[in-house]
Amino acid sequence: MEHANLLPAFGPAIPEMVLAVGAMLLLMYGVFHKESPTTQITWGAVILFVITAILIAGQGDVSITTFSGQFSIDPFTRFLKLLILLGAVAAVIMSLTYIRREGMDRFEFPVLIVMATLGMLMMVSAASFIALYMGVELQALAIYVIVAFQRDVGRSSEAGLKYFVLGALSSGLLLYGCSLVYGFTGSLEFTTVATAIGSDSTNIGLIFGLVFVLSALAFKISAVPFHMWTPDVYEGAPTPVTAFLIGIPKVAAFAIILRVLFEAFPGISVQWTQIIVFVSIASMLLGSFAAIGQSNIKRMMAYSTIGHMGFALVGLAAGSAEGIQGVLVYLTVYVIMNAGVFCCILMMRRNGEQVEQINDLAGLSHHQPVMAFFFAMLMFSLAGIPPLAGFFAKFYVFAAAVQAGLFPLAVIGIVTSVVGAFYYLRIIKIMYFDAPTAIFEDNMPGELTVVLGASGLFTMFFFVFPGPLIAGAQYAASALLH
Amino acid sequence: MADGYILSLITFLPAVGALLVLILRGEEAAVARNARWIALWTTAITFALSIYMIWQFDPLTASFQFVQKSDWLGGAINYHMGVDGISVMFVVLTAFLMPACILASWESITKRVREYMMAFLILETLMIGVFCSLDLLQFYVFFEAGLIPMFLIIGVWGGTRRIYASFKFFLYTLLGSVLMLIAIMAMYWQSGTMDIPTLLNHPFPTAMQPWLWIAFFASFAVKMPMWPVHTWLPDAHVEAPTAGSVILAGVLLKMGGYGFLRFSLPMFPIASADFAPLIFALSVIAIVYTSLVALVQEDMKKLIAYSSVAHMGFVTMGIFAGNTQGVEGGIFQMLSHGWVSAALFLCVGIIYDRLHTRDIAAYGGLVNRMPLYAAAFMIFTMANIGLPGTSGFVGEFLTIMGTFKVNTWVAFGATSGVILSAGYALYLYRRIVFGALEKETVKNMLDLNRREIFTLGPLVVATILFGIYPAPIFHIMAVSVEHLIANYTTALEAHQASGLGQTALDAARLIAAK
Repeated sequence: MEHANLLPAFGPAIPEMVLAVGAMLLLMYGVFHKESPTTQITWGAVILFVITAILIAGQGDVSITTFSGQFSIDPFTRFLKLLILLGAVAAVIMSLTYIRREGMDRFEFPVLIVMATLGMLMMVSAASFIALYMGVELQALAIYVIVAFQRDVGRSSEAGLKYFVLGALSSGLLLYGCSLVYGFTGSLEFTTVATAIGSDSTNIGLIFGLVFVLSALAFKISAVPFHMWTPDVYEGAPTPVTAFLIGIPKVAAFAIILRVLFEAFPGISVQWTQIIVFVSIASMLLGSFAAIGQSNIKRMMAYSTIGHMGFALVGLAAGSAEGIQGVLVYLTVYVIMNAGVFCCILMMRRNGEQVEQINDLAGLSHHQPVMAFFFAMLMFSLAGIPPLAGFFAKFYVFAAAVQAGLFPLAVIGIVTSVVGAFYYLRIIKIMYFDAPTAIFEDNMPGELTVVLGASGLFTMFFFVFPGPLIAGAQYAASALLH
Repeated sequence: MADGYILSLITFLPAVGALLVLILRGEEAAVARNARWIALWTTAITFALSIYMIWQFDPLTASFQFVQKSDWLGGAINYHMGVDGISVMFVVLTAFLMPACILASWESITKRVREYMMAFLILETLMIGVFCSLDLLQFYVFFEAGLIPMFLIIGVWGGTRRIYASFKFFLYTLLGSVLMLIAIMAMYWQSGTMDIPTLLNHPFPTAMQPWLWIAFFASFAVKMPMWPVHTWLPDAHVEAPTAGSVILAGVLLKMGGYGFLRFSLPMFPIASADFAPLIFALSVIAIVYTSLVALVQEDMKKLIAYSSVAHMGFVTMGIFAGNTQGVEGGIFQMLSHGWVSAALFLCVGIIYDRLHTRDIAAYGGLVNRMPLYAAAFMIFTMANIGLPGTSGFVGEFLTIMGTFKVNTWVAFGATSGVILSAGYALYLYRRIVFGALEKETVKNMLDLNRREIFTLGPLVVATILFGIYPAPIFHIMAVSVEHLIANYTTALEAHQASGLGQTALDAARLIAAK
């Protein structure tokens, strides 16, 4: 740090600043317009995301920490930020028609999504616990509001309230953990914390701090045993919000887990590996078994997410560069697959109403063969069947676990993936093998078709040209470990 | 080298055909007709290419031929194609059976013809890919991806209990395969490569081999299927449409045997030798027990399904006998069973198309109305029994002979299976074809039409030709099998020598201590 220059270097944070200022401008535009300008603001948000992504991509392969050690960028953060922006673009586009149809046509909606995305970008770049908390709260507060956005619908308000109460609890845990870490190491910056810890694993207070921080972050990725809110919130939230929630907030939370563990607590990796292994196994088991009994597709996807987070944690448990690479590949594929799945769920519309029961899909392959085919391929991919993208995601995390010698974890994980295959197959069975029932409306908005097509084609043909993603994830992973 | 791409061409040509079927437009009837013809032409050209390939194949070397290699996932994981004397046979077998499958579905499949043909063409790509893959992960991808089209074929076009059967098929095989995936990863980290030719010469640590062997066994035993994990097979066979049963019995089961030959035996020789008694026990149980079960079946397809399990018992027994006769017999048995069981399912399909029941009791006296059919069915029944002069005999005889050298009692048990197979096969034949022509429904059945003759004809020729003159097949695989056996025995001897050396060392230490 240079004392001559009182201002910190703004350069690394320019994309976030552009996004923040852009969000304000969009808000102003909405406030001073008479008719509801939601559509313009939504497309404005898309443009804003694209500009931010270009700025982030243009930052090059640098590793800089600025704002007195609060904010850092490197190829690892760049990879995750681009992924988050991709997911955000998909999510706002997917919400376009739904919010108009379901009486949520208020311009704050896309603005709140931009704010939440900004919070996630800050989480990814946080280099200290204070910056981490700021990012977490920014995205969480924005998300509480959009979960309860259908304020006339009881379910939506209930979901918002549940999420808020439990989210506040997890924020409390996070702060408590941070204060313990600060108390026992004397610092809040990740790198200084790591130096202070060294490899001293006997400090009980510090371990407590680690556990509290990890619990709060496990809440954010809805890993067992902090998953209780997930099914209720995912079911109650408006569907595009669920589509948003299921994707990139998980990526951001995962990013910060990786950064905290590998930058602040590398010295006590033996301690946190135990926690991660337990959480991972519990999530995979619960995710696969609990999803079997679900009849609501959003609820089923909530359990599916819990399982998928467990799979991604397998890579983290390995604690190696290969493991991180696996996690990054997993998250990328996961976000893209879920965008496609939720396009299909948004297309489930009958007599002017959204339907959400799995049985409503019966015989879909007769009426809408293309949609049924994409949906089926996404389900096979979520189940991890080659040659679809989901298989390669699983392959990399499990390969890392095997390399690290975590055979029991790998075997349990892979067996639960077979259990998981059962409920994904059930959807395919209902679409393909069951007799058709009433038909869905087919005046489907073009933007959903585009997102579904992109997601489905990526999932199906990832194996043809996997090099860029694999190599990008590898490069990002090595940047985190430098 | 132009030949370097022929395997990719053979593998992906059916997928191109599927793409053509996908873009068909027009009325449903026209689409269905065009889809059938495209599928038939694609599979026929693929078969022609595979014949050209085997023509070009050099049987005097054990190394992989028509090799093609390019970057895929980065690291040590590549796209790597190639065949040796063992796998080349299975490529041809697959390509040979596919046109018969398409022809068998010509009239019996009336709904969603386009999707049906696409599923079969994709399945052909994946099956051929399994036999051509020289990269472990690539092999796994092809091996596992085949579940998707097969699941849909059983589930969409299957019989009344198709949902149960398709789920059972999918989950059973998936559970077996994922354990193999863990083993593949472990092998990758241990050896640093996914390259199969390299791995064939990589000595895996003795302590690691049993675990890897068990994981691969879990996958291949289910696929094969071996007793006691065979129970998915009768369900899948009974519910699948005729062509689905043909592919299941003709090719998919062979992947298990191929896997044992390609991975278990050469890569984990010590574990293979240690576990051979287990394989022998399971094989004999499969041969005797499932033959007895076959005797009491009321459903034609189920009977043939159980007979498949019994015949696969000969294959596993022969492979793990670990000598030339056993392994060559095992391969021959797989090939022969490939077309014989396929033909038997086709025969069942032909009368099922006419009467829409698989109940044996519903038939009787068919010989009066359908002499051609009775003759063809007779040939395949005899081949199934293993009558000398048919291709079924060669494989069974060699596997029993190979096993006899290793374990007389196992060979004795297996021989009793030959007698039992005569029992159930002849009993089936008598109940369907002979007897009085009493039932009204059966009286109106017509003999084989031209399409059906075209379907069965090549299979009759193969059964008799290779029964009388099996030399061409042995000629192609001989060198590769010799190479495999030589490596296997060398590895075992080296292990025993080191074991003896260790004992001597221990003894010397003991003496020194005293």
